[in-house]
Amino acid sequence: MAWTWFHRLGSPPYVYALCARLTPWLAWPAALLIAGGLYAGLVLAPPDYQQGEGFRIIYVHAPSAWMSLMVYTVMALAAATGLVWRIKVAHAVAAACAPIGASFTFAALVTGSLWGAPMWGTFWEWDPRLTSELVLLLLYLGYLGLRSAIDDPQRADRASAVLAVVGVVNVPIIHYSVVWWNSLHQAASVMRIGKPAMPPAMLLPLLAVLAGFTLLFAALLLVRVRGEILERERGARWVAQELAQS
Amino acid sequence: MSAFIHMGGYAAYVWPAYAVTLAVIALNIIGARRLLRRSIARARRRLAVAGEGAR
Repeated sequence: MAWTWFHRLGSPPYVYALCARLTPWLAWPAALLIAGGLYAGLVLAPPDYQQGEGFRIIYVHAPSAWMSLMVYTVMALAAATGLVWRIKVAHAVAAACAPIGASFTFAALVTGSLWGAPMWGTFWEWDPRLTSELVLLLLYLGYLGLRSAIDDPQRADRASAVLAVVGVVNVPIIHYSVVWWNSLHQAASVMRIGKPAMPPAMLLPLLAVLAGFTLLFAALLLVRVRGEILERERGARWVAQELAQS
Repeated sequence: MSAFIHMGGYAAYVWPAYAVTLAVIALNIIGARRLLRRSIARARRRLAVAGEGAR
């Protein structure tokens, strides 16, 4: 009884309809949180005592970096679920994650570079945090490349899932790189034990953008999953019924 | 207002960082919607072909 919801999440028609229904409930709060958070970060938050107005890059850099890691973790979990239980919907979720994650990893690298230039005096350094984040981008691109190189969708799902699962070792390496090695990059200021290293006027806008990006990811994922499900359900009868209604 | 745009001398770094991030968000929204629209169009075409074959 308690497991019926779990089994339904493996059913393509159920998930397709659920995604369509949930998307606006995620997308609009995401838009409000991101717009409000970025406004507060740019206008209301006080300047940093060391970095002046330059620290405001944090409101786009940290949420992009958070996305790069969170999306990869979701992708690897979905890929592992697809491999172990052979669930089509799980593979659809993993495939839907990759372009979202790759684009926000790119944003994290570019915004980090634009932050590093005035503060560290260089756009790029082969530093543990920066290098492991670049490896993350290459993992996403490798995943997307592998998928597009294999014509058979089921083989593409399985092969790319193995890559996604193996690559997940990079996620803790990125997160702890600033602790394990001597890095140019500053240590965590939100996700750490004890109190965050920021006053509320600086922290709250950041938390709003972080929450907004997370909801945005969920909304983008649901739209993409519907497309990925349709590609995997060629010839299924429910598709004809679903498309006849809309 | 001009002080806000000037960003305490960091304008050349702050504004491109925001522009890149907002562009990534916009491209993600456009890309996700396009993927779904194309998948629906492809599924409709397949259904039309299958319908003709059955007749």
